[in-house]
Amino acid sequence: MSVPRPARLGLRAIALGYLALLLLLPVGLVFEKTFAHGLSSVWASLSTPAAVSALWLTLEITLIAVFANTIFGVVCALVLVRGRGRARWLLDLAIEVPFVISPVIVGLSLILVYGTTGWFGKWLATHGIGVIFNPLGMILATMFVSLPFVAREVAPVLREVGTEQEEAAATLGASRLQTFLRITLPSIRWGLAYGVVLTTARALGEYGAVLVVSGNISGHTQTLPLLVDTRFYNFDSTGAYTAGALLAAISIFVLVIMTMTAPDKRRL
Amino acid sequence: MATGYLSVIVLLPIAAVVASAFSGGVGASWSAATSPVALSALKLTLISAAVVTAINAIMGTLIAWVLVRDSFPGQRIVNAVVDLPFALPTIVAGLTLVALYGPDSPLHINLAYTSTAVFVALLFVTLPFVVRSVQPVLHALDAEMEEAAVSLGASSATTFRRIVLPNLMPSILSGTALAFARAVGEYGSVVLLASNIPFKSQVMSVFIFGEVENGSPHAAAAASVLLLAISLAVLLGIRGLARLGRGHR
Repeated sequence: MSVPRPARLGLRAIALGYLALLLLLPVGLVFEKTFAHGLSSVWASLSTPAAVSALWLTLEITLIAVFANTIFGVVCALVLVRGRGRARWLLDLAIEVPFVISPVIVGLSLILVYGTTGWFGKWLATHGIGVIFNPLGMILATMFVSLPFVAREVAPVLREVGTEQEEAAATLGASRLQTFLRITLPSIRWGLAYGVVLTTARALGEYGAVLVVSGNISGHTQTLPLLVDTRFYNFDSTGAYTAGALLAAISIFVLVIMTMTAPDKRRL
Repeated sequence: MATGYLSVIVLLPIAAVVASAFSGGVGASWSAATSPVALSALKLTLISAAVVTAINAIMGTLIAWVLVRDSFPGQRIVNAVVDLPFALPTIVAGLTLVALYGPDSPLHINLAYTSTAVFVALLFVTLPFVVRSVQPVLHALDAEMEEAAVSLGASSATTFRRIVLPNLMPSILSGTALAFARAVGEYGSVVLLASNIPFKSQVMSVFIFGEVENGSPHAAAAASVLLLAISLAVLLGIRGLARLGRGHR
Protein backbone atom coordinates (compact mmCIF):
# COMPACT_ATOMS: atom_id res chain seq x y z
CA MET A 1 0.00 0.00 0.00
CA SER A 2 1.47 3.33 -1.02
CA VAL A 3 1.17 5.08 2.29
CA PRO A 4 2.64 8.59 2.31
CA ARG A 5 6.04 8.72 3.97
CA PRO A 6 5.09 10.80 7.05
CA ALA A 7 2.17 8.49 7.81
CA ARG A 8 4.40 5.45 7.41
CA LEU A 9 7.00 6.88 9.75
CA GLY A 10 4.24 7.73 12.20
CA LEU A 11 2.89 4.16 12.20
CA ARG A 12 6.42 2.82 12.57
CA ALA A 13 7.02 5.09 15.56
CA ILE A 14 3.77 4.00 17.22
CA ALA A 15 4.52 0.30 16.73
CA LEU A 16 8.10 0.51 17.95
CA GLY A 17 7.21 2.81 20.84
CA TYR A 18 4.45 0.45 22.02
CA LEU A 19 6.77 -2.56 21.89
CA ALA A 20 9.60 -0.74 23.68
CA LEU A 21 7.34 0.56 26.43
CA LEU A 22 5.38 -2.65 26.92
CA LEU A 23 8.10 -5.28 26.46
CA LEU A 24 11.69 -4.05 26.43
CA LEU A 25 11.60 -1.52 29.25
CA PRO A 26 10.27 -3.94 31.91
CA VAL A 27 12.45 -6.87 30.84
CA GLY A 28 15.57 -4.69 30.73
CA LEU A 29 14.79 -3.45 34.22
CA VAL A 30 14.88 -7.00 35.65
CA PHE A 31 18.42 -7.48 34.39
CA GLU A 32 19.36 -4.06 35.75
CA LYS A 33 17.99 -4.97 39.19
CA THR A 34 19.75 -8.34 39.09
CA PHE A 35 23.21 -6.89 38.48
CA ALA A 36 22.71 -3.86 40.73
CA HIS A 37 24.60 -5.56 43.58
CA GLY A 38 27.45 -6.89 41.48
CA LEU A 39 28.34 -10.20 39.89
CA SER A 40 29.41 -11.98 43.06
CA SER A 41 25.99 -11.61 44.67
CA VAL A 42 24.38 -12.93 41.48
CA TRP A 43 26.59 -16.01 41.65
CA ALA A 44 25.94 -16.47 45.38
CA SER A 45 22.22 -16.34 44.79
CA LEU A 46 22.32 -18.82 41.91
CA SER A 47 24.61 -21.35 43.58
CA THR A 48 22.53 -22.02 46.69
CA PRO A 49 21.46 -25.67 47.00
CA ALA A 50 17.81 -24.63 46.52
CA ALA A 51 18.58 -22.79 43.27
CA VAL A 52 20.73 -25.60 41.86
CA SER A 53 18.10 -28.24 42.63
CA ALA A 54 15.37 -26.00 41.19
CA LEU A 55 17.32 -25.62 37.95
CA TRP A 56 17.80 -29.40 37.61
CA LEU A 57 14.17 -30.20 38.41
CA THR A 58 13.02 -27.62 35.85
CA LEU A 59 15.24 -29.16 33.19
CA GLU A 60 14.15 -32.73 34.05
CA ILE A 61 10.44 -31.91 33.91
CA THR A 62 10.88 -29.96 30.68
CA LEU A 63 12.80 -32.81 29.05
CA ILE A 64 10.14 -35.40 29.90
CA ALA A 65 7.19 -33.19 28.90
CA VAL A 66 8.82 -32.14 25.62
CA PHE A 67 9.72 -35.74 24.74
CA ALA A 68 6.20 -37.06 25.42
CA ASN A 69 4.45 -34.16 23.69
CA THR A 70 6.70 -34.33 20.63
CA ILE A 71 5.81 -37.96 19.98
CA PHE A 72 2.14 -37.29 20.72
CA GLY A 73 2.17 -34.15 18.57
CA VAL A 74 3.53 -35.90 15.48
CA VAL A 75 1.15 -38.86 15.84
CA CYS A 76 -1.76 -36.51 16.47
CA ALA A 77 -0.93 -34.37 13.42
CA LEU A 78 -0.74 -37.53 11.29
CA VAL A 79 -4.16 -38.62 12.57
CA LEU A 80 -5.64 -35.16 11.99
CA VAL A 81 -4.28 -34.72 8.46
CA ARG A 82 -3.97 -38.27 7.09
CA GLY A 83 -6.58 -40.09 9.15
CA ARG A 84 -10.00 -41.04 7.86
CA GLY A 85 -11.93 -41.21 11.12
CA ARG A 86 -15.19 -39.28 11.36
CA ALA A 87 -14.45 -37.96 14.83
CA ARG A 88 -11.29 -36.10 13.80
CA TRP A 89 -13.01 -32.74 14.37
CA LEU A 90 -13.47 -33.77 17.98
CA LEU A 91 -9.73 -34.42 18.34
CA ASP A 92 -9.07 -31.10 16.62
CA LEU A 93 -11.27 -29.34 19.19
CA ALA A 94 -10.00 -31.29 22.23
CA ILE A 95 -6.40 -30.44 21.42
CA GLU A 96 -7.18 -26.72 21.79
CA VAL A 97 -8.36 -27.17 25.38
CA PRO A 98 -4.97 -26.50 27.04
CA PHE A 99 -4.80 -23.16 25.18
CA VAL A 100 -8.08 -21.87 26.58
CA ILE A 101 -7.95 -23.21 30.11
CA SER A 102 -6.46 -21.36 33.08
CA PRO A 103 -3.28 -22.97 34.49
CA VAL A 104 -4.87 -22.82 37.94
CA ILE A 105 -7.79 -24.94 36.70
CA VAL A 106 -5.28 -27.43 35.25
CA GLY A 107 -3.70 -27.79 38.68
CA LEU A 108 -7.09 -28.14 40.36
CA SER A 109 -8.17 -30.81 37.88
CA LEU A 110 -5.09 -32.91 38.66
CA ILE A 111 -5.78 -32.64 42.39
CA LEU A 112 -9.34 -33.85 41.76
CA VAL A 113 -8.03 -36.91 39.90
CA TYR A 114 -4.83 -37.80 41.78
CA GLY A 115 -5.17 -36.02 45.15
CA THR A 116 -5.90 -37.88 48.41
CA THR A 117 -9.66 -37.37 48.02
CA GLY A 118 -9.51 -37.58 44.22
CA TRP A 119 -10.73 -40.29 41.88
CA PHE A 120 -7.53 -42.39 42.06
CA GLY A 121 -6.40 -41.08 45.46
CA LYS A 122 -7.11 -44.26 47.45
CA TRP A 123 -5.58 -46.58 44.87
CA LEU A 124 -2.44 -44.45 44.56
CA ALA A 125 -2.08 -44.24 48.34
CA THR A 126 -2.31 -48.02 48.83
CA HIS A 127 0.30 -48.56 46.11
CA GLY A 128 2.56 -45.87 47.54
CA ILE A 129 2.60 -43.71 44.43
CA GLY A 130 2.79 -39.99 45.15
CA VAL A 131 1.48 -37.67 42.42
CA ILE A 132 0.27 -34.47 44.07
CA PHE A 133 3.08 -32.69 45.99
CA ASN A 134 5.52 -34.84 44.02
CA PRO A 135 7.47 -34.35 40.78
CA LEU A 136 5.11 -36.76 38.99
CA GLY A 137 2.18 -34.37 39.42
CA MET A 138 4.32 -31.50 38.16
CA ILE A 139 5.26 -33.51 35.09
CA LEU A 140 1.57 -34.21 34.40
CA ALA A 141 0.72 -30.51 34.81
CA THR A 142 3.51 -29.48 32.45
CA MET A 143 2.49 -32.12 29.89
CA PHE A 144 -1.08 -30.79 30.03
CA VAL A 145 -0.26 -27.13 29.41
CA SER A 146 2.34 -27.71 26.69
CA LEU A 147 0.46 -30.43 24.82
CA PRO A 148 -0.91 -28.66 21.71
CA PHE A 149 2.18 -26.89 20.29
CA VAL A 150 3.84 -29.66 18.26
CA ALA A 151 0.58 -30.95 16.80
CA ARG A 152 -0.51 -27.37 15.95
CA GLU A 153 2.75 -26.60 14.12
CA VAL A 154 3.18 -29.96 12.34
CA ALA A 155 -0.41 -30.41 11.08
CA PRO A 156 -0.40 -27.48 8.56
CA VAL A 157 3.04 -28.51 7.23
CA LEU A 158 1.82 -32.08 6.69
CA ARG A 159 -1.23 -30.74 4.88
CA GLU A 160 0.98 -28.62 2.65
CA VAL A 161 3.48 -31.32 1.62
CA GLY A 162 0.74 -33.72 0.50
CA THR A 163 1.00 -37.48 0.08
CA GLU A 164 2.56 -37.87 -3.40
CA GLN A 165 6.12 -38.53 -2.25
CA GLU A 166 4.97 -40.95 0.43
CA GLU A 167 2.90 -42.86 -2.12
CA ALA A 168 5.85 -42.99 -4.50
CA ALA A 169 8.05 -44.39 -1.74
CA ALA A 170 5.41 -46.99 -0.89
CA THR A 171 5.06 -48.14 -4.52
CA LEU A 172 8.85 -48.47 -4.71
CA GLY A 173 8.64 -50.96 -1.86
CA ALA A 174 9.45 -48.88 1.21
CA SER A 175 7.93 -50.05 4.47
CA ARG A 176 5.71 -47.66 6.43
CA LEU A 177 8.47 -47.03 8.93
CA GLN A 178 10.99 -46.32 6.14
CA THR A 179 8.56 -43.96 4.45
CA PHE A 180 8.00 -42.12 7.69
CA LEU A 181 11.68 -41.84 8.59
CA ARG A 182 13.00 -40.94 5.15
CA ILE A 183 10.16 -38.99 3.54
CA THR A 184 7.66 -37.66 6.08
CA LEU A 185 10.03 -36.71 8.91
CA PRO A 186 12.48 -34.69 6.78
CA SER A 187 9.65 -32.76 5.16
CA ILE A 188 8.10 -31.71 8.48
CA ARG A 189 11.38 -31.00 10.28
CA TRP A 190 11.06 -27.20 10.45
CA GLY A 191 7.48 -27.24 11.67
CA LEU A 192 8.49 -29.92 14.16
CA ALA A 193 11.49 -27.89 15.35
CA TYR A 194 9.35 -24.81 15.87
CA GLY A 195 6.75 -26.83 17.76
CA VAL A 196 9.43 -28.35 20.01
CA VAL A 197 10.85 -24.89 20.76
CA LEU A 198 7.40 -23.55 21.69
CA THR A 199 6.75 -26.60 23.89
CA THR A 200 10.11 -26.10 25.60
CA ALA A 201 9.44 -22.42 26.26
CA ARG A 202 6.08 -23.18 27.83
CA ALA A 203 7.33 -26.16 29.86
CA LEU A 204 10.35 -24.26 31.26
CA GLY A 205 8.24 -21.40 32.51
CA GLU A 206 5.05 -23.05 33.69
CA TYR A 207 4.04 -21.54 37.01
CA GLY A 208 0.31 -21.57 37.83
CA ALA A 209 -0.45 -25.24 37.14
CA VAL A 210 2.77 -26.45 38.73
CA LEU A 211 2.29 -24.21 41.78
CA VAL A 212 -1.10 -25.77 42.55
CA VAL A 213 0.11 -29.40 42.42
CA SER A 214 3.65 -29.07 43.76
CA GLY A 215 3.35 -27.85 47.33
CA ASN A 216 6.56 -25.90 46.50
CA ILE A 217 8.90 -27.89 48.77
CA SER A 218 12.46 -26.57 48.47
CA GLY A 219 14.86 -29.22 47.15
CA HIS A 220 12.01 -31.60 46.31
CA THR A 221 9.25 -29.98 44.25
CA GLN A 222 10.61 -26.51 43.58
CA THR A 223 11.24 -25.46 39.99
CA LEU A 224 12.82 -22.17 38.93
CA PRO A 225 9.49 -20.32 38.55
CA LEU A 226 8.50 -21.55 42.02
CA LEU A 227 11.86 -20.42 43.40
CA VAL A 228 11.14 -16.93 42.04
CA ASP A 229 7.76 -17.10 43.77
CA THR A 230 9.23 -18.20 47.13
CA ARG A 231 11.97 -15.58 47.13
CA PHE A 232 9.53 -12.86 46.10
CA TYR A 233 7.10 -13.60 48.94
CA ASN A 234 10.00 -13.91 51.42
CA PHE A 235 10.96 -10.31 50.56
CA ASP A 236 14.24 -11.50 49.03
CA SER A 237 13.74 -9.27 46.01
CA THR A 238 17.36 -9.46 44.78
CA GLY A 239 17.17 -13.26 44.93
CA ALA A 240 13.86 -13.22 43.07
CA TYR A 241 15.23 -10.92 40.37
CA THR A 242 18.34 -13.08 40.00
CA ALA A 243 16.36 -16.32 39.57
CA GLY A 244 13.97 -14.43 37.29
CA ALA A 245 16.86 -13.14 35.20
CA LEU A 246 18.23 -16.68 34.83
CA LEU A 247 14.81 -17.84 33.61
CA ALA A 248 14.58 -14.81 31.32
CA ALA A 249 18.05 -15.55 29.92
CA ILE A 250 17.03 -19.15 29.17
CA SER A 251 13.82 -17.88 27.51
CA ILE A 252 15.69 -15.34 25.42
CA PHE A 253 17.98 -18.15 24.27
CA VAL A 254 14.86 -20.15 23.37
CA LEU A 255 13.50 -17.06 21.60
CA VAL A 256 16.61 -16.86 19.41
CA ILE A 257 16.17 -20.50 18.39
CA MET A 258 12.45 -19.77 17.88
CA THR A 259 13.27 -17.00 15.41
CA MET A 260 15.71 -19.24 13.58
CA THR A 261 13.24 -22.11 13.22
CA ALA A 262 10.07 -20.08 12.60
CA PRO A 263 8.17 -21.15 9.46
CA ASP A 264 9.09 -19.26 6.29
CA LYS A 265 5.88 -17.32 5.97
CA ARG A 266 6.61 -15.54 9.22
CA ARG A 267 10.21 -14.84 8.37
CA LEU A 268 10.99 -11.48 6.89
CA MET B 1 -2.78 -43.95 20.76
CA ALA B 2 -3.03 -40.20 20.27
CA THR B 3 -6.59 -40.20 21.59
CA GLY B 4 -5.62 -42.30 24.60
CA TYR B 5 -2.82 -39.94 25.58
CA LEU B 6 -5.05 -36.90 25.11
CA SER B 7 -7.76 -38.52 27.22
CA VAL B 8 -5.44 -39.31 30.12
CA ILE B 9 -3.55 -36.03 30.13
CA VAL B 10 -6.35 -33.56 29.31
CA LEU B 11 -9.87 -34.96 29.14
CA LEU B 12 -9.87 -37.08 32.32
CA PRO B 13 -8.80 -34.13 34.54
CA ILE B 14 -11.38 -31.84 32.89
CA ALA B 15 -14.07 -34.43 33.51
CA ALA B 16 -13.04 -34.51 37.17
CA VAL B 17 -13.51 -30.73 37.44
CA VAL B 18 -16.98 -30.87 35.91
CA ALA B 19 -17.98 -33.87 38.05
CA SER B 20 -16.71 -32.18 41.19
CA ALA B 21 -18.58 -28.95 40.41
CA PHE B 22 -21.87 -30.86 40.26
CA SER B 23 -21.12 -33.51 42.89
CA GLY B 24 -22.96 -31.82 45.75
CA GLY B 25 -25.91 -30.88 43.58
CA VAL B 26 -26.43 -27.20 42.85
CA GLY B 27 -25.79 -26.36 46.47
CA ALA B 28 -22.91 -25.19 48.59
CA SER B 29 -20.17 -25.14 45.96
CA TRP B 30 -22.28 -23.05 43.58
CA SER B 31 -23.22 -20.55 46.23
CA ALA B 32 -19.47 -20.03 46.78
CA ALA B 33 -18.88 -19.66 43.05
CA THR B 34 -21.63 -17.05 42.75
CA SER B 35 -20.87 -15.20 46.00
CA PRO B 36 -20.34 -11.42 45.76
CA VAL B 37 -16.54 -11.89 46.01
CA ALA B 38 -16.52 -14.40 43.16
CA LEU B 39 -18.84 -12.32 40.97
CA SER B 40 -16.71 -9.24 41.52
CA ALA B 41 -13.60 -11.23 40.50
CA LEU B 42 -15.47 -12.51 37.45
CA LYS B 43 -16.50 -8.99 36.48
CA LEU B 44 -12.94 -7.65 36.78
CA THR B 45 -11.62 -10.61 34.77
CA LEU B 46 -14.08 -10.24 31.92
CA ILE B 47 -13.94 -6.44 31.66
CA SER B 48 -10.15 -6.22 31.71
CA ALA B 49 -9.82 -9.14 29.29
CA ALA B 50 -12.27 -7.48 26.87
CA VAL B 51 -10.61 -4.04 26.99
CA VAL B 52 -7.09 -5.45 26.73
CA THR B 53 -7.87 -7.71 23.78
CA ALA B 54 -9.60 -4.82 22.00
CA ILE B 55 -6.50 -2.62 22.43
CA ASN B 56 -4.17 -5.38 21.29
CA ALA B 57 -6.41 -6.19 18.32
CA ILE B 58 -5.77 -2.65 17.06
CA MET B 59 -2.11 -2.43 18.11
CA GLY B 60 -1.44 -5.99 16.89
CA THR B 61 -2.82 -5.21 13.44
CA LEU B 62 -0.75 -2.02 13.33
CA ILE B 63 2.43 -3.85 14.38
CA ALA B 64 1.79 -6.62 11.83
CA TRP B 65 1.37 -3.98 9.12
CA VAL B 66 4.63 -2.26 10.09
CA LEU B 67 6.44 -5.62 10.11
CA VAL B 68 5.15 -6.70 6.70
CA ARG B 69 4.64 -3.55 4.61
CA ASP B 70 7.25 -1.24 6.07
CA SER B 71 11.00 -1.80 5.97
CA PHE B 72 13.63 -0.39 8.27
CA PRO B 73 16.93 -1.54 9.78
CA GLY B 74 16.54 -3.93 12.71
CA GLN B 75 13.15 -5.18 11.55
CA ARG B 76 14.07 -8.82 12.15
CA ILE B 77 14.95 -8.03 15.74
CA VAL B 78 11.63 -6.25 16.25
CA ASN B 79 9.92 -9.28 14.74
CA ALA B 80 11.64 -11.52 17.28
CA VAL B 81 10.85 -9.18 20.19
CA VAL B 82 7.12 -9.61 19.49
CA ASP B 83 7.48 -13.25 20.60
CA LEU B 84 8.92 -12.21 23.97
CA PRO B 85 5.64 -12.65 25.89
CA PHE B 86 5.33 -16.18 24.44
CA ALA B 87 8.87 -17.08 25.46
CA LEU B 88 9.02 -15.36 28.84
CA PRO B 89 7.68 -17.40 31.79
CA THR B 90 4.59 -15.73 33.28
CA ILE B 91 6.23 -15.33 36.69
CA VAL B 92 9.11 -13.43 35.08
CA ALA B 93 6.58 -11.25 33.27
CA GLY B 94 4.98 -10.59 36.66
CA LEU B 95 8.37 -9.78 38.16
CA THR B 96 9.23 -7.33 35.36
CA LEU B 97 5.96 -5.52 36.01
CA VAL B 98 6.72 -5.33 39.74
CA ALA B 99 10.11 -3.83 38.87
CA LEU B 100 8.51 -1.21 36.65
CA TYR B 101 5.19 -0.48 38.38
CA GLY B 102 5.79 -1.77 41.92
CA PRO B 103 6.45 0.18 45.13
CA ASP B 104 10.02 1.03 43.99
CA SER B 105 8.95 2.10 40.52
CA PRO B 106 11.61 4.13 38.73
CA LEU B 107 8.74 5.90 36.95
CA HIS B 108 7.05 6.66 40.28
CA ILE B 109 3.93 4.82 39.13
CA ASN B 110 2.84 2.44 41.86
CA LEU B 111 0.18 0.05 40.60
CA ALA B 112 0.63 -2.63 43.27
CA TYR B 113 -2.67 -4.15 44.52
CA THR B 114 -4.77 -2.24 41.97
CA SER B 115 -7.01 -3.36 39.15
CA THR B 116 -4.84 -1.33 36.75
CA ALA B 117 -2.07 -3.85 37.48
CA VAL B 118 -4.30 -6.61 36.09
CA PHE B 119 -4.83 -4.53 33.00
CA VAL B 120 -1.09 -3.88 32.41
CA ALA B 121 -0.18 -7.54 32.95
CA LEU B 122 -2.81 -8.74 30.48
CA LEU B 123 -1.68 -6.16 27.93
CA PHE B 124 1.81 -7.66 28.16
CA VAL B 125 0.91 -11.35 27.81
CA THR B 126 -1.70 -10.99 25.03
CA LEU B 127 0.36 -8.80 22.70
CA PRO B 128 1.66 -11.45 20.23
CA PHE B 129 -1.62 -13.23 19.41
CA VAL B 130 -3.10 -10.80 16.87
CA VAL B 131 0.31 -9.90 15.37
CA ARG B 132 1.06 -13.57 14.74
CA SER B 133 -2.34 -14.39 13.24
CA VAL B 134 -2.49 -11.29 10.99
CA GLN B 135 1.13 -11.35 9.78
CA PRO B 136 1.01 -14.40 7.44
CA VAL B 137 -2.34 -13.28 5.98
CA LEU B 138 -1.06 -9.77 5.29
CA HIS B 139 2.06 -11.30 3.77
CA ALA B 140 0.00 -13.39 1.39
CA LEU B 141 -2.37 -10.53 0.59
CA ASP B 142 -1.61 -9.25 -2.88
CA ALA B 143 -0.43 -5.64 -2.92
CA GLU B 144 -1.91 -5.34 -6.45
CA MET B 145 -5.44 -4.96 -5.16
CA GLU B 146 -4.36 -2.09 -2.96
CA GLU B 147 -2.42 -0.47 -5.80
CA ALA B 148 -5.45 -0.76 -8.07
CA ALA B 149 -7.60 0.99 -5.47
CA VAL B 150 -5.06 3.78 -5.07
CA SER B 151 -4.67 4.23 -8.85
CA LEU B 152 -8.46 4.55 -9.06
CA GLY B 153 -8.20 7.50 -6.71
CA ALA B 154 -8.85 5.96 -3.29
CA SER B 155 -7.02 7.57 -0.37
CA SER B 156 -4.82 5.30 1.75
CA ALA B 157 -7.37 5.45 4.56
CA THR B 158 -10.14 4.33 2.18
CA THR B 159 -7.92 1.60 0.73
CA PHE B 160 -7.20 0.31 4.20
CA ARG B 161 -10.84 0.38 5.27
CA ARG B 162 -12.34 -1.09 2.09
CA ILE B 163 -9.61 -3.45 0.84
CA VAL B 164 -7.11 -4.41 3.54
CA LEU B 165 -9.29 -4.56 6.64
CA PRO B 166 -12.03 -6.86 5.24
CA ASN B 167 -9.34 -9.31 4.13
CA LEU B 168 -7.65 -9.26 7.51
CA MET B 169 -10.80 -9.40 9.63
CA PRO B 170 -11.03 -13.21 10.03
CA SER B 171 -7.40 -13.44 11.18
CA ILE B 172 -7.78 -10.44 13.50
CA LEU B 173 -10.82 -12.09 15.09
CA SER B 174 -9.20 -15.50 15.51
CA GLY B 175 -6.13 -13.90 17.11
CA THR B 176 -8.39 -11.84 19.36
CA ALA B 177 -10.30 -14.96 20.42
CA LEU B 178 -7.10 -16.72 21.52
CA ALA B 179 -5.87 -13.58 23.29
CA PHE B 180 -9.18 -13.27 25.13
CA ALA B 181 -9.07 -16.90 26.27
CA ARG B 182 -5.51 -16.42 27.49
CA ALA B 183 -6.41 -13.19 29.32
CA VAL B 184 -9.39 -14.75 31.10
CA GLY B 185 -7.30 -17.60 32.53
CA GLU B 186 -4.06 -15.71 33.18
CA TYR B 187 -2.51 -16.21 36.61
CA GLY B 188 1.27 -15.90 36.92
CA SER B 189 1.83 -12.47 35.41
CA VAL B 190 -1.15 -10.96 37.23
CA VAL B 191 -0.73 -12.26 40.76
CA LEU B 192 2.61 -10.68 41.74
CA LEU B 193 1.66 -7.07 41.08
CA ALA B 194 -2.13 -7.16 41.49
CA SER B 195 -2.06 -9.64 44.39
CA ASN B 196 -5.44 -10.88 45.63
CA ILE B 197 -7.44 -8.07 47.20
CA PRO B 198 -11.13 -9.14 47.03
CA PHE B 199 -13.47 -6.64 45.33
CA LYS B 200 -10.43 -4.72 44.10
CA SER B 201 -7.67 -6.57 42.27
CA GLN B 202 -8.66 -10.22 42.54
CA VAL B 203 -9.23 -11.94 39.20
CA MET B 204 -11.03 -15.24 38.74
CA SER B 205 -7.94 -17.46 38.46
CA VAL B 206 -6.59 -15.97 41.71
CA PHE B 207 -9.97 -16.53 43.38
CA ILE B 208 -9.95 -20.18 42.25
CA PHE B 209 -6.39 -20.59 43.52
CA GLY B 210 -7.49 -19.24 46.90
CA GLU B 211 -10.37 -21.72 47.09
CA VAL B 212 -7.98 -24.61 46.35
CA GLU B 213 -5.57 -23.41 49.05
CA ASN B 214 -8.44 -23.08 51.53
CA GLY B 215 -9.29 -26.73 50.99
CA SER B 216 -12.57 -26.18 49.14
CA PRO B 217 -11.91 -27.89 45.81
CA HIS B 218 -15.63 -28.23 45.04
CA ALA B 219 -16.18 -24.47 45.20
CA ALA B 220 -13.04 -24.01 43.10
CA ALA B 221 -14.40 -26.51 40.58
CA ALA B 222 -17.75 -24.73 40.39
CA ALA B 223 -16.02 -21.39 39.79
CA SER B 224 -13.82 -23.06 37.16
CA VAL B 225 -16.81 -24.45 35.30
CA LEU B 226 -18.45 -21.01 35.35
CA LEU B 227 -15.28 -19.37 33.99
CA LEU B 228 -14.77 -22.06 31.35
CA ALA B 229 -18.36 -21.82 30.17
CA ILE B 230 -18.12 -18.06 29.72
CA SER B 231 -14.77 -18.06 27.94
CA LEU B 232 -15.90 -20.93 25.72
CA ALA B 233 -19.06 -19.02 24.78
CA VAL B 234 -17.04 -15.91 23.89
CA LEU B 235 -14.54 -18.00 21.93
CA LEU B 236 -17.23 -19.72 19.89
CA GLY B 237 -19.01 -16.38 19.38
CA ILE B 238 -15.88 -14.75 17.95
CA ARG B 239 -15.17 -17.81 15.79
CA GLY B 240 -18.74 -17.58 14.48
CA LEU B 241 -18.23 -13.90 13.63
CA ALA B 242 -15.01 -14.75 11.78
CA ARG B 243 -16.80 -17.44 9.77
CA LEU B 244 -19.63 -15.02 9.00
CA GLY B 245 -17.08 -12.48 7.74
CA ARG B 246 -15.44 -15.08 5.52
CA GLY B 247 -18.83 -16.09 4.12
CA HIS B 248 -19.56 -12.53 3.02
CA ARG B 249 -16.58 -12.30 0.74
